Amino acid sequence: MTNYDIKKDFSILNNQDIVYLDSGATAQKPKQVIEAVNEYYELSNANPHRGAYKLSIKATEVYDEAREKVANFINAKLKDEIVFTRNATESLNLIAYSYGMDKLKKNDKVVLSIMEHHSNLVPWQYVTQKTNSVLEYMYINKDGEITTSEINEKIVPGVKIVGITQVSNVLGTINPIKEIAKRAHEVGAIVIVDASQSVPHFKVDVRELDADFLVFSGHKMLSPLGIGVLYGKMELLKNMRPFLYGGDMIEYVYEQNTTYAPVPTKFEAGTQNVGGAVGLSSAIDYLNNIGMSEVEEIEKELLEYAMKRLSELDFITIYGPKNLQNHSGVISFNVNGVHPHDVSSILDSQNVCIRSGNHCAQPLLRYMGLDSTCRVSFYIYNTKEDIDKLINALLKTKEVFAKWINI
Amino acid sequence: MDNLESIYTDVIMQHSTETYNKKKIDNPTAMEHGHNPSCGDDITLEIKMNNNVIEDLSFTGHGCAISQASTSIMIDLLKGKTKEEALELINIFIRMIKREKISEEELDKLEEARALQNISNMPARVKCAELAWYTMQKLIEK
Ligand SMILES: Cc1ncc(COP(=O)(O)O)c(C=O)c1O
Ligand SMILES: [Zn+2]
Repeated sequence: MTNYDIKKDFSILNNQDIVYLDSGATAQKPKQVIEAVNEYYELSNANPHRGAYKLSIKATEVYDEAREKVANFINAKLKDEIVFTRNATESLNLIAYSYGMDKLKKNDKVVLSIMEHHSNLVPWQYVTQKTNSVLEYMYINKDGEITTSEINEKIVPGVKIVGITQVSNVLGTINPIKEIAKRAHEVGAIVIVDASQSVPHFKVDVRELDADFLVFSGHKMLSPLGIGVLYGKMELLKNMRPFLYGGDMIEYVYEQNTTYAPVPTKFEAGTQNVGGAVGLSSAIDYLNNIGMSEVEEIEKELLEYAMKRLSELDFITIYGPKNLQNHSGVISFNVNGVHPHDVSSILDSQNVCIRSGNHCAQPLLRYMGLDSTCRVSFYIYNTKEDIDKLINALLKTKEVFAKWINI
Repeated sequence: MDNLESIYTDVIMQHSTETYNKKKIDNPTAMEHGHNPSCGDDITLEIKMNNNVIEDLSFTGHGCAISQASTSIMIDLLKGKTKEEALELINIFIRMIKREKISEEELDKLEEARALQNISNMPARVKCAELAWYTMQKLIEK
């Protein structure tokens, strides 16, 4: 299947003349996913777990099937190692509160990479402050990569938690997760992998990585908004406190105390987003049908073409790894002398959608001495023609500003 | 494309690249910092009041062309005005950007700042245009 065939499934991209280059923020949804969600509401909707009638049992089954689908997709050992959440942010907060807050002791260390999204950074500031533990960072080299010596220097005895994004949502850097996890385990730390920008784009295997926790959002991988995933090793999840308390997550409730349901229900309080889980399940089918290695191949080709075309423009600066082997389909750049917000407005007037700003990664941009960047990010429905339109829109940007600044 | 040319007009581009209002002033009587988290626009206004009159006004900081131009245009407009006149002009400007009811006579009072009227068609950039004016409002109401 080619990206041209795939694009036909995305009505939003065919019904209007737009070039969508912001899949890193959220992906568009194919009609198969939209139909699966519709069908769920038309045929199977009820409150899962709460009814003894057929429809409620059906909803419960559908939810559980989605869990199994996710477990297989990332090669978890057990279906019950998958906890459904709203998004990656909620998954990371769950870990911070239910694991970090309890396990961290005074002077323990938490090590993050400087390229973490705020969602894997701000919760750790709070938790380390509350527990009097210490927050440290692994920094990047000039190509936006974390070197082995940086890993070995920062992940040392005393470190209890390592948080690392598999792919930077700003630079597109693919981080060496296996190496980081191995090092973390050698010093007695656990590793939390933010897979928000990786699971949608290439095969991720939690057991091969030896990740202790791994999180992602459905909406960046063709699913509806509002469904996310937390993977955790069973023995860790079993020994953690619940995150949210209330209905469904319990076994017996007495006036003064409660026993909790087993994992994963213990972490799924309140009525769950079954429609979202159905959408995620259908998105996984869609991706599996293409094949994750084919997904990777399509994006690699787009990345190489985009890099070639962008580097022909002498008025832009590109950030991130030069080695495209360590590079996912996310590119940050600036048009010299022009603020990224102006660039994205001018591109928008040419119907090219890109992101500008700090991409929820202020510490990274500050470390790089930048306020903001333009970012394009690809997915399976993008084409070379999209990149050609991007280049033309950038030339237009130059034209608008050339009268006023040296560009 | 129409849209584009009505936003990045000569007046706006000129003000966003000119720097004569972008400086510090000697002995300011007050300062105010304004920040637009979504875009990263970040400005500090410095003012020197002489009794009730804005004797001098300047800014430092960084941001997109719209925010920089809007700040510079505002400084040109408000310098020499009384506090009450300035507050009235800020009020007219905000109403213009928010597309509220506004008379031709009021619009005239905005002089060059009228060039920013079309920003109201670009919701993503409204905050950029408003930043300086809200910051100024806070500064003189202090
Ligand atoms: C690397 C990374 N982590 C976490 C997130 C947070 O995802 P969400 O907003 O869906 O919780 C994002 C997306 O913005 C991301 O790119
Ligand atoms: Zn702005």
